[in-house]
Amino acid sequence: MAACALVTVVTTVSIILILAIETVSFFSEVSIIEFLTSTKWTPLFTKKNYGILPLLSGTLLTTAIAIAVALPLGLAIAIYLNEYASASLRAVLKPLLEILAVVPTVVYGFFALMIVTPFLKTFVPELSGFNALSPGIVMGIMILPFISSLSEDALSSVPHTLRQASFGMGANKFQTAFRVVVPAASSGIIVSIILAISRAIGETMIVAIAAGQQPRFTFDPTVPIETITAYIVQVSMGDVPHGSTAYRTIFAAGITLFIFTFILNNISYWIKRKYGAAYE
Amino acid sequence: MQMESEIKAPEIQKMETKSRAGITKQEYKLRAKNVDVFYNNFQAIHNISMDIVDKSVTAFIGPSGCGKSTFLRLFNRMNDYIDSFAMNGQICLGDQDIYDSCVRVEELRKTVGMVFQKPNPFPKSIFDNVAYGLRIQGIKDKERIEERVIESLRQSTLYEEVKDNLDKQALALSGGQQQRLCIARALAVKPSVLLMDEPTSALDPISTGKIEDLISELKEKYTIAIVTHNMQQAGRISDHTAFLYMGKLVEYGDTQKIFTNPEKDRTQNYITGRFG
Amino acid sequence: MVRLMSNVNRLKDKVFRVIGVTSIIFCLLILVIFIAFIIYQGSARLSWEFMISLPSRFAEKSGIYTAWVGTLWVLVLTTLIAFPLGVGAGIYLEEYSPKNWLSKLLEINIANLAGVPSIIYGLLGLEFFVRIMKMGNSILAGSLTLALLILPIIIVSTREAIQAVPGTIREASLALGATKWQTIRNQILPASFGGILTGVILAISRAVGETAPLIVIGALAYVPFVPKGPFDEFTVLPIQIFNWVSRPQHEFIINAAAAIIVLLLITFTMNGIAVYLRNRWQQKISW
Repeated sequence: MAACALVTVVTTVSIILILAIETVSFFSEVSIIEFLTSTKWTPLFTKKNYGILPLLSGTLLTTAIAIAVALPLGLAIAIYLNEYASASLRAVLKPLLEILAVVPTVVYGFFALMIVTPFLKTFVPELSGFNALSPGIVMGIMILPFISSLSEDALSSVPHTLRQASFGMGANKFQTAFRVVVPAASSGIIVSIILAISRAIGETMIVAIAAGQQPRFTFDPTVPIETITAYIVQVSMGDVPHGSTAYRTIFAAGITLFIFTFILNNISYWIKRKYGAAYE
Repeated sequence: MQMESEIKAPEIQKMETKSRAGITKQEYKLRAKNVDVFYNNFQAIHNISMDIVDKSVTAFIGPSGCGKSTFLRLFNRMNDYIDSFAMNGQICLGDQDIYDSCVRVEELRKTVGMVFQKPNPFPKSIFDNVAYGLRIQGIKDKERIEERVIESLRQSTLYEEVKDNLDKQALALSGGQQQRLCIARALAVKPSVLLMDEPTSALDPISTGKIEDLISELKEKYTIAIVTHNMQQAGRISDHTAFLYMGKLVEYGDTQKIFTNPEKDRTQNYITGRFG
Repeated sequence: MVRLMSNVNRLKDKVFRVIGVTSIIFCLLILVIFIAFIIYQGSARLSWEFMISLPSRFAEKSGIYTAWVGTLWVLVLTTLIAFPLGVGAGIYLEEYSPKNWLSKLLEINIANLAGVPSIIYGLLGLEFFVRIMKMGNSILAGSLTLALLILPIIIVSTREAIQAVPGTIREASLALGATKWQTIRNQILPASFGGILTGVILAISRAVGETAPLIVIGALAYVPFVPKGPFDEFTVLPIQIFNWVSRPQHEFIINAAAAIIVLLLITFTMNGIAVYLRNRWQQKISW
């Protein structure tokens, strides 16, 4: 049984090794300076450019839009459910909202392309068929339960005595919620946000379907872009020969992705350990 | 690894001593010799030596945190599961130091049983609860198991109340009934010693009374060591009492004597409620 | 002044209530709109013939036969691999491993793995299972990859289910002379089984909906045959959907919608079963 647990260690080591080895051999052919600073990514064209910035900007742009949607909605819902709603209402609504997290992402991609983009076009005529805005919004809906459920857990673990003290001084629910409970639960809320960001960064299918395949270093949400994850899918579906530089680009892109999510996940783990213990 | 000397009742070395009333009794020695217990750097038990008299009830009394439960749990090695636990000295059952590396702790616990403070029946039927100890020993004979289960339930005076439906879930019983079930469960494996860690502190007075009556009956057959917070209880049901204070054995002797004419002032002060 | 402030405060309170309720309604409404759209687009296409047709270049003749057979294969194989590994690791970490720096490391590692994007697992599977282990882009490679992906989920839920069993049960069993393994087998596992099963079903349901890692390991988008063994090439429902969504012809979009209905039915049913089991288990063991 100890061997079962060791499988997890082997997995992590393998992931790091594989990404690292292919990336190192990638950088033997491509300059790391170009990788980090060039704003063109065209490894599959005749004129090859290997700048990661376009893919990175695509990833960050869609993530930012997703968070812009999920954060206010998710927090508002969490606070409402915990501080205002009755226990029975909460017991019904919380699982309902969690359904949003259960829908396969390819289905969300379909929604983004078929419903949201046409809908947005009525407001924003210059919106192209593939863009960052539509998948960004849909991703926001998808990660919303992360923020709403995890924040709600954090809020509910704040002891009732704090709330009672606040009410006892004449504060109403709004003041108690925002001045007392939310600050007390802040570490848990921040952890939920970080986890949501990490999830959005690693998301593949929604952007692969609706964001496009045109790597572009831009922060304009109305034009087609490509994210790191969508690029990997694009190459995987094509005929890139094994061992070529083009093949290795997916690992170089992959390790960039991995580094981001790794750092985010560890920050959230560390915050949870350090600050979360107070009320447990 | 099997134990060098069997710890099942008849094979233990017997010693004859005079009891206080002048009648020689055969005593299976459950004894502690110069025992210290440490939790990391904190010393919980200081150099306690005592012999537990066979087929009698020995009560351990003392204020909270004085080490009574810790001491009791030495006898069935339940402290083993605490990471910071360390001890010096010997705990012997007959000739055998039970902390010796050749001792299989599972065998020990078939001789030295335990009943806990909060009733902890398994989420199974009444029958399966009592049968558990037998089944894990590998006993498969259904008749034998059923016989033993009924015998144990009778011994713990629960049988009449549950005999109509032994398949009923144990958790559906009342608190007092659950505790008597736990006693039956412990008795089913036929131990020689029964350790009871505040067995009635979580129960109502009527259930407490029933269990105290039960203990008085059981002492004919079993050696009972009971930790109790309740001095009156110790006075009612025990033959011998040990008073522990801050991990030290202050006084140990006949219950009558301890409660009416103790030798140490501190004992006197505790008994009369000056502290505690 | 106090009066004014308290009015402003009450207004903020009321406004926030409205915001909260509106947000919830907004989200649920979006879910309802999405699902209604799918049903509207795809339900007409759903038919027995759709279920047993192979994909083809012609949308009207295309069906999801290969796709759901592939999904079934992957589901079964992934469960067979991930269930024993995950539950075994969970039991080991919770019951046997000494609480030292190594077990802390294992814990951090599992938390990390849970947060790694699924496409990275795809890259791992591509190099390790497809190339190095020479499994090719087979069902086996895909299932192994997905098993690794959901392993952390199963481990964590196994541990939580075991932690929920009160320590007094454990004590009672040990005090009767049971060995550690007897205690685990006879008391801990039966008591925690409901929680473990719930976690496993949720994990498998997640695996069924995964697309990216399987694309990376080479599951094909166009598979006009039914796989017969674990070493065959394959496709799964999500990839078939992805393939159809990427085509411009409207008929393929209809196909995609129909396939989505099937996928959603599978996903929601599995989640529903898991939630039902969890509720029943929590009621049964009322400590």
